[in-house]
Amino acid sequence: MPATESYPDELKYHNEHDWARIDGDEAVLGITWFAQDSLGELVHYEPPNEGDTIAKDSSYGEVESVKAVSDVIAPLSGEVIEVNRKVVAEPETVNADPYGEGWLVRIRLSDPAEADGLLDAAAYKHVVAES
Amino acid sequence: MAQTLQRTPIHARHLALGARLVPFAGWEMPVQYEGVIQEVRAVRTDCGVFDVSHMGELEVEGPRAPELLQATLSNDLDRLSPGEAQYTLLTNERGGIIDDLIVYRLEDFRYLLVVNAANRDAAFRWLKERELPGSDVRDVSDEYALLAVQGPRALERLGLPTAPQFTFAEGEIDGIHCMVNRTGYTGEEGCELLTMAADGAELWDRVLARGAVPCGLGARDTLRLEVCFPLHGNDITPETDAISAGLAWCCKLDKEFTGVERLREVKARGPERKLVPFVMEEKAIPRQGMSIEGGGEVTSGTHSPMLDRGIGLGYVPAAHAATGTDLSIDVRGRSRHARIVKKPIYKREESR
Repeated sequence: MPATESYPDELKYHNEHDWARIDGDEAVLGITWFAQDSLGELVHYEPPNEGDTIAKDSSYGEVESVKAVSDVIAPLSGEVIEVNRKVVAEPETVNADPYGEGWLVRIRLSDPAEADGLLDAAAYKHVVAES
Repeated sequence: MAQTLQRTPIHARHLALGARLVPFAGWEMPVQYEGVIQEVRAVRTDCGVFDVSHMGELEVEGPRAPELLQATLSNDLDRLSPGEAQYTLLTNERGGIIDDLIVYRLEDFRYLLVVNAANRDAAFRWLKERELPGSDVRDVSDEYALLAVQGPRALERLGLPTAPQFTFAEGEIDGIHCMVNRTGYTGEEGCELLTMAADGAELWDRVLARGAVPCGLGARDTLRLEVCFPLHGNDITPETDAISAGLAWCCKLDKEFTGVERLREVKARGPERKLVPFVMEEKAIPRQGMSIEGGGEVTSGTHSPMLDRGIGLGYVPAAHAATGTDLSIDVRGRSRHARIVKKPIYKREESR
């Protein structure tokens, strides 16, 4: 079942429709409700390798629906310490729970101060309203 | 390019159902309602309905109509009796494909051609320019709405008797008069209902009330690719010929029609490239335009919901086009393995 639209207050957002849940010098990343709804049911997740370095504002993976493919943009820079294997096996998990079981990677932040440049939920909702 | 998109007679129904609408061949069309995957499953297991009113209808009438069409279409028109239809190609002088279409013989000297939306004008102009005294070509597309009702339970849900494929008859669905055609683009049983434009929305409502699931162009493209029906503009074009595309079966090479000499040459010499179906052997989804190692190209690709893997059609060198051949496809910089398979890619007994 698809999730209902939401943008949790405890997350930070990137205007390319990605979120970060920051915990000390680590963060879990994923795509927002809006992103998964625009794509439709996901059928493929092409993750980075654990150990890869990813850079803020650059693509670190791809998600695909039957009809479309989309780059996943990193909201923060760091080293990939875990890929969500559940989403690799069952990409539709992202549609069902984009902020929970549908997370994509966990990273160790290389520059935690980058988070200051991200959007809060209220600001991101404005981005969505204008998309 | 702020050109206004055309709308079918069913447009308001698509909006009311919350469909996601996209521009397609100059029309604003539903790409999906609830989701491509469940729409595909509905057609494979029960019954789905597609608004395909954007497709063009050309009528060719007159004592020399058979002569005009026999000289411009690839298949053997003489095999058609009134009440029968056939898949055929409109070809150019180079043997390229201007459009692929279904021709219905309405009466001895009256035919209906259902053409792709994107090729409606090209097909009409091509035939109009070649009109003979005694063969009148008219574009009647705006007069009709067309619904494709497809799936193993489609005829049962519509209360229609079974009939051989590629036949048609006048009929009605809950009092709405229509031409019932035993044709489709999904590989399933079912029919296409041609009705007057003014009755289109009402017919749509009746078909939904009988349990058909509304389906969009996303499901339609995936369904046709699972059964290896070519899409004009992707797999076949004015630059590609029928022999290379594996469509020799609908070309009567011992009659005279536009471009036939070229097709005979290709057939005699053997095509340089062949259009082949393939499935991915790794987790990856092929897409149109991706290159195939060794000099080939993907012309259509998608994720098959029925097989839960990437599938596609592509041209490869004829020397490496045998069933079972391994392919390497460049998926945005990553080489991914695929294997050439027999048509169709999906058959019901093989589904998981």
